[in-house]
Amino acid sequence: MRALVYLLTFAAVIGLGFWAYKENYATQQALKDVSRLNSEIADLREALSIQRAEWAYLNRPDRLRELSTINFDRLRLLPMEPEQFGLASEVAYPAPVVPLPDVNAPVDISGEQEQNP
Amino acid sequence: MTRTPLRPLARILSARAAGENPDSIERENLRARHEVMREKSRKRSEGRLLILGLSFFMAFTVVGARMGLLAASEPMEPRSAAPGAAILAQRADITDRNGRVMATNLVTHALYAQPKDMVDPERVARELAVIFPDLKEEDLHRRLTDGRSFLWIKKKLSPEQMQKVHEIGDPGLLFGPREMRLYPNGRLAAHVLGGASFGTEGVNSAEVIGTAGLEKFLDDRLRDPAQTAEPLQLSLDLTLQSAVTEVLDTGMKMMNAKGAAAVLMDVRTGEILSLVSLPDFDPNDRPNPLVKGDPGDSPLFNRAVQGVYELGSTFKIFAVAQALELGLVKPDTLVDANAPMVWGKFRIKEFRNHNYGPYLSVADVIAKSSNVGTAHVALMVGGLKQQAFLKTLGFFEPTPIEMVEAKSSRPLVQKNWSDIVTITVSYGHGLSASPMHLAAAYSAIANGGVAVPPTLLRRKTVPEGTRVMSERVARQAVDMLAGVVEHGTASYAKLEGYAIAGKTGTADKPKPTGGYYKDKVINTFASMFPADNPRYVLIVTLDEPVDTSGSEPRRTAGYTAVPVAAEVVRRVAPLLGIRPKIELPPANALTAVVHN
Repeated sequence: MRALVYLLTFAAVIGLGFWAYKENYATQQALKDVSRLNSEIADLREALSIQRAEWAYLNRPDRLRELSTINFDRLRLLPMEPEQFGLASEVAYPAPVVPLPDVNAPVDISGEQEQNP
Repeated sequence: MTRTPLRPLARILSARAAGENPDSIERENLRARHEVMREKSRKRSEGRLLILGLSFFMAFTVVGARMGLLAASEPMEPRSAAPGAAILAQRADITDRNGRVMATNLVTHALYAQPKDMVDPERVARELAVIFPDLKEEDLHRRLTDGRSFLWIKKKLSPEQMQKVHEIGDPGLLFGPREMRLYPNGRLAAHVLGGASFGTEGVNSAEVIGTAGLEKFLDDRLRDPAQTAEPLQLSLDLTLQSAVTEVLDTGMKMMNAKGAAAVLMDVRTGEILSLVSLPDFDPNDRPNPLVKGDPGDSPLFNRAVQGVYELGSTFKIFAVAQALELGLVKPDTLVDANAPMVWGKFRIKEFRNHNYGPYLSVADVIAKSSNVGTAHVALMVGGLKQQAFLKTLGFFEPTPIEMVEAKSSRPLVQKNWSDIVTITVSYGHGLSASPMHLAAAYSAIANGGVAVPPTLLRRKTVPEGTRVMSERVARQAVDMLAGVVEHGTASYAKLEGYAIAGKTGTADKPKPTGGYYKDKVINTFASMFPADNPRYVLIVTLDEPVDTSGSEPRRTAGYTAVPVAAEVVRRVAPLLGIRPKIELPPANALTAVVHN
C-alpha cells in the first residue's frame, strides 16, 4: 500500500514537472505573441497617424484652392456666393399628371356653341 | 537490541547472598535504561532543530537573494500587461471646430554620433555634408575628431535623408526615435497655434513642448497623459480661416499695407471663428525672433492679439451707447458739434478740419464720425463713469483668450484720467487696445448688451455673460452702426444681400519719439452682420494702408479697411450659412414656379 502511494506521488511529481515545463514554454510563447502584437499595434497606430497627417496635409485649404483653380475647366468651382442661395419656392414642383380624356364619351368642341346659338 | 532485564536473576541471587538490597540493582538498571532513552531523544531533538534551522536559513536566503536581485537588476515592465498604446501621441492633436486636423504628431528620427565607434570620421563628415547642405564638412570633421564621445548631428530627419545616412554605413552614426509636431495647414492660423520644439532630449525620446501661442498656453492640457488620446478642439473653422486669410492678404496687398489683422467672432457663444494676422509664418519652421528693430515688424508678431493700437473712431459708439444707457441722450438728440472745439489749451478738430456743426443728432455723430460731437457726449457722461464702462467692456485688462501672447498684451491706459483724456478716449485716442479687445466689446453690443468672454476653444455650453447695457440701447447702437454703412463713412460696406453695421476708425500712428506720423495710420473697421439681428462680429485692421487708386493717396478706413471687410463678409457669410436678403430676379422659363 505504502509502496503504491510512493509510486503515485512520484508519478505525480514527474507529471506536474512535465506540465510546469510545458506551461512555462506556452507562457513564454504567449508573451512573445503579446509583445509582437503590441509592436504591431504600435506600428499600425504610427501608420494611422502618418496617414491622418497626410490626409490633413493633402486636404489643406491652400492646396484645394490651387487644385480647383487648375481644374477650373472641368469642375467650374468658385467660392460660394450670396447669389447661390435659393428659396424652396423656386424649386419647381413636378407637373401634375393630366388624366387622358375618355375617348368614348362625346366631346364638347369649343366654339361649336358660338356657331350654333 | 537486547533488552537488559531490570532484575537479572544471577545478580540478585549473588546480592542476596552478599546481604545487599536487590532493589538497588533494579534502580541501577532503570537509571541506565533512562539514560539511554534520554540520549536518544536528545539526538532526535538536535536533528529536528538542525533541520528547522536549515529550513529557516534557506528561506531567509531565498528572500534575501530575491530582494538583492530586485534591487540590483534593471526594472522592467511586465510584458503581459504592457499597454503598447501610449507609444505614439505624447501630445494631443489640435483640431478645428469640425474636427479637421490643425496640429498632429509625426514619427521621425534624430541623428547622433558616437565618434568612438566611428570607423572613418573623414568620410562620414564628407558624406554627411552632401546629404545635409546646411552642415559644413570641416565643422563636422572637427566635431567628430575632437575627442568627445557623443554629439547630436540633426534633430529631425526625413525618411529619404535617413536612408542616405544608413547607406553611409558607419557604426558610429545612430538614430534616435523622435516625435515631431506637424502643422499640416502650414501658415494657416500660425499665430494661434504658435509652435512647438523639443524640450529635454534623450537618445530614445524627447519632450515636445509648446513655444508660443496656444501650444504654450495649453501645454499642460496637451501633454496630460490622461488626455493625449482626445484631440483639443478649437473654435476656429478652417474653411473660414482660409477664406478670411485669402481675402485679407489680397486686401493688404491692394491697399499697400505692411500688416493686417482680422478677428471673426460668434457673438452668442464668444467663440472666435477666425483669427488672422499678416504677415504670417510657417509654424513647422518657426523663424527666429528679430534681434534688432521693432518686434512688431516680425512675422511672429500677432497683430490681432499682441498689437495694441489706438483704434480711433471705432470707440465712438461706446461713448454714445453709454450716454443712451444713462438716459442722457436719444438717437435724435442734437448735440453741439461745432468744430473746432477748444478745451483748455487743446483744440479738438474734425477730420480734414471739416465742421459738421453747429448741431448734429447723436445718430449722425456716429454716421459722420464727428470727434467734437462725441467729445460733448463723453463730457456729459463724465470720466469716472466712462472708465467704469470701458472696464466692463474689458479695455483695462488683457483678453482672456487662450494664448500666451494675450496675457502680455495689456491695453495702454492713461494713469491720470483728466477731462481731456475723457475727450480723446471717446474717439479712440489715448487708449491703446488690441483688435481682439475691440471684437469682444463690439460683440457685447451685437449680442443685445451681454458680453460673453471670447475663447479659442470650442464651447459646448455658453457661459452666462455679463450685461453691460440694456437690450434697447444695444439695438439702438446697432441701428446707428447700420446708419454708418447706409449713409456714413462706411458706404463701401453696402453689400447686395447682407446688411452690415459697423464703424470705421482711422488713427495716426504714434512715433516712437513722441508725437504722431502725418502719413502713417492704422485703419480699423469694426463691424457686425447681419445688421437686423447681429450674429457675428468682424474686426479688420490694416497697418499703414494707402489707397492709391484715386488721384491722391487716401488713408481713411472708409477707403481701405471697409472694402476689405465687405469682401470678407461677402465670402464668409455664405459659408456661415446666412441667407442673403436678395431681390430675386424675375422668373423666367427656368426658374418659374409651375402652378395648378
